Amino acid sequence: MTPQEISDKLKQKFPDAILEIKIEGVVDPYIKISPSNLKDIALYLRDDPDFQFDFLMCLSGMDYTKGTLGVVYNIFSMKKKHKVNLKVDVPKDKAEVPSIASVWPAANWHEREAYDLIGVKFLDHPDMRRILMPDDWDGHPLQKDYKVPEYYQGMKVPY
Amino acid sequence: MEQLLRNILDNDFFVYTAMAIVPLLWILPYALGVIWLERKVSAHMQDRLGPMRTGGWHGWAQTIADMMKLLQKEDIVPAAADKKLHTLAPYLMFIGAYAVYATIPFSSDYIGSDLNIGLFYIVAVSSITAVAILMSGWSSNNKWSLLGAMRSVAQIVSYEIPTILALLAVVMIAGTLNLQEINKMQTGWFWNWFVFQKFPFIFIAFIIYFVASLAETNRTPFDIPEAESEIVAGYITEYSGMKFAMFMLSEFVNMFAVSAIAATVFLGGWNSPFGEFMSGPVWGVFWFLSKGMFFVFIQMWLRWTLPRLRVDQLMYVSWKVLTPWAFACIVCVGLWMML
Amino acid sequence: MTEIITPPIKSSIGRTVRTEEMLLNMGPQHPSMHGVLRLELVIDGEIVVDVVPQIGYLHRCFEKHAESMTNYQQVVPYVDRMDYCAAMNMDFGYVIAVEKLLGIKVPERVEYIRVIMAELQRIASHLIAAGTYGLDIGAWTPFLYMFRDRERILDLYEMTCGARLLYNYMWVGGVSHDLPPGFIDKAKDFCKYFRPKIEEYNNLLSFNEIFIKRTANVGVLPADVAIAYGVSGPVLRGSGVNFDLRRDDLYSIYNRFEWEPQIGKGEMGTVGDCWDRYIVRIREMEQSINIVEQALNQIPDGDVASAIPKRIRPNPGDVYARTESARGELGFYVVSDGSGKPFRVKGRSPCFVHLSVLPEISRGSMIADMIAIAGSLDIVLGEVDR
Repeated sequence: MTPQEISDKLKQKFPDAILEIKIEGVVDPYIKISPSNLKDIALYLRDDPDFQFDFLMCLSGMDYTKGTLGVVYNIFSMKKKHKVNLKVDVPKDKAEVPSIASVWPAANWHEREAYDLIGVKFLDHPDMRRILMPDDWDGHPLQKDYKVPEYYQGMKVPY
Repeated sequence: MEQLLRNILDNDFFVYTAMAIVPLLWILPYALGVIWLERKVSAHMQDRLGPMRTGGWHGWAQTIADMMKLLQKEDIVPAAADKKLHTLAPYLMFIGAYAVYATIPFSSDYIGSDLNIGLFYIVAVSSITAVAILMSGWSSNNKWSLLGAMRSVAQIVSYEIPTILALLAVVMIAGTLNLQEINKMQTGWFWNWFVFQKFPFIFIAFIIYFVASLAETNRTPFDIPEAESEIVAGYITEYSGMKFAMFMLSEFVNMFAVSAIAATVFLGGWNSPFGEFMSGPVWGVFWFLSKGMFFVFIQMWLRWTLPRLRVDQLMYVSWKVLTPWAFACIVCVGLWMML
Repeated sequence: MTEIITPPIKSSIGRTVRTEEMLLNMGPQHPSMHGVLRLELVIDGEIVVDVVPQIGYLHRCFEKHAESMTNYQQVVPYVDRMDYCAAMNMDFGYVIAVEKLLGIKVPERVEYIRVIMAELQRIASHLIAAGTYGLDIGAWTPFLYMFRDRERILDLYEMTCGARLLYNYMWVGGVSHDLPPGFIDKAKDFCKYFRPKIEEYNNLLSFNEIFIKRTANVGVLPADVAIAYGVSGPVLRGSGVNFDLRRDDLYSIYNRFEWEPQIGKGEMGTVGDCWDRYIVRIREMEQSINIVEQALNQIPDGDVASAIPKRIRPNPGDVYARTESARGELGFYVVSDGSGKPFRVKGRSPCFVHLSVLPEISRGSMIADMIAIAGSLDIVLGEVDR
């Protein structure tokens, strides 16, 4: 399916959840959706016989600055060989996105990484811990306004 | 030789001490040599050179240099270790390995102690290493050590059975447990060796013995107790310096011991393969050592060729393959002798 | 999660002996953890009840570094260091992402050079993977044989760009140096030399009875689980899924060569076991040699630096580009805000994903099997932690 067909079909099914569809004028077409419907859309994308998106390629946390965080999902179908990119924006002071680890287990570690580095919390995640940074680290280093702490456990950090 | 010593020394204590030290005269240079050899053998099998610098000619002094290094190293005992057992284990290991040499005939004129139950003694004494390994594994207070020790003991205990059964097949036709006697029975040309008697049953017993002895000395493909890719270094994880060297020494001493038993029991020990040609007490030493070293070389060869078995596969080989076949050998040899 | 319940053991005097599970920390310093991976094992005797991988010991803030650079080109050396065993493949993935963002078309010669380099790197990386896998199983010798042959590939790289491990060779829009004189002949010699060596590895390791016993039917990864977990590359193909990005999501010029993706067929056991994953790598080396030979014969003349942009300033936007690195799907999600430096670079590394499937397939196996499974996933910690 082309990006146009995919977004049309999604729009029919979830008219309220689709916030923005961008196909022309960008390198990769994307669909911006509201976080509250994320899990339903994910399940629909995975299970609908026309879509069969069974392969989560990538999940990236984003800090768009100006108090907005986001998550980007790049999804692929091994059977139909088509792709879709979903974007979700959340305010930084309430950065909560439903987890899709139950839909695609691949998301489990990616979500932990996004939480660790960007600070997006994933609700209903089976194991929401930091993954790359130490468990007791303060802050989320990939946020644009992140300041490196002076000390970590009594050790000087900037060297 | 005992008579000769008695004539010179005229004191039982000194005679026995001297007799006991003789194998050491072989073992220490052997250990230095064989560690170097293992490096060179492995290196050439792996398309590289191995040590080339230390001492000049092909790095012959590499092991000596390593020995010096190990001697100077700090002797570390982990804080949580059981200090007494931790210290004792390496020496007990060496005792177990060395005591075996007491009844191995190096030549028609030299045997440490001419026991009439020599083979039985060897089988019994070599089990001391299992105690030493368990001791080191337990006292180190380290999970890897413990896992290694448990594996090792399970392995040694299981593989003793096919070993003994295989040796028993020879004992049946020899009718004695005295190794010197067993050797004398094989005098003459090489077809008198037990390995070619009652063909092919003793030959099969020989193969069983050899495979099982690999396991007893923790060599590949049965080196799971010290499988470094799984359990770091097994029971020697917490050892360093001279204690570590003792473990290594015991391992190489053990390697030669099982090879020497294979040579003695199956391949005529100190007997020349060519009847009277090149035979005699001094040539006997030569033949004995070269047969032993040949098996040591084969052990190295296998080590650098084969991967490692898994614990359950190891047990399978022992209990379901080697032990039944060893029993079959005994039964067949027995039937052959009755008929 | 599969529960393993051991029956309480009765001692000879009739009392029940208390048994309990042991927590074992495997790593970060462990001979077969391929770097600094730490696995928390819950073991019951020799049986692994649960595995919790703990990563991050080699976290070098790749993504933060990428944002702090002054331009896109400067990220390339950092990308090299992600997967230090297959740095060319890493470069390839990143430059393709940025070129896609910029909309650059690179010259023909550059495409060929890149393919040659990437495929040679794939061979070198698979040699490490297979060699260290032998080490994990306890066979030392194949490792050194494979390193001997890998050395020749590194010599070719040294000849080209002076570096042997971390090349900084592929630049956005081109490559840093043209092929040196004599490279093509030397590379052809290598192909001729290397083909029979694969047979040697097979004789020494792949079809060794003990090796098969250790790896066949161990760590079976079914195809549906593999896809759900996002597994890719040789591991996915080992599970019998015929999917290769070089063919199925075409990039560069891979459609010009004749080659076949290799898949696991369960020859020695079940489809998707460790042996399948291993043999897929061995057979892929042969395919890579095919590609390299064809590319060496077809390579045109040209200027390799003509398309390198003076200033890289992409329009605002984002791109997700994926390539088939030696270990699987290497994706780069690059976001530009219109300035000269990347706004965000996310590396989607295959090993990170592969490691997440490890607990799934190693529960209930023995410790030795666990090592075999972890080895067959071919994890490079530089890439997992970035």
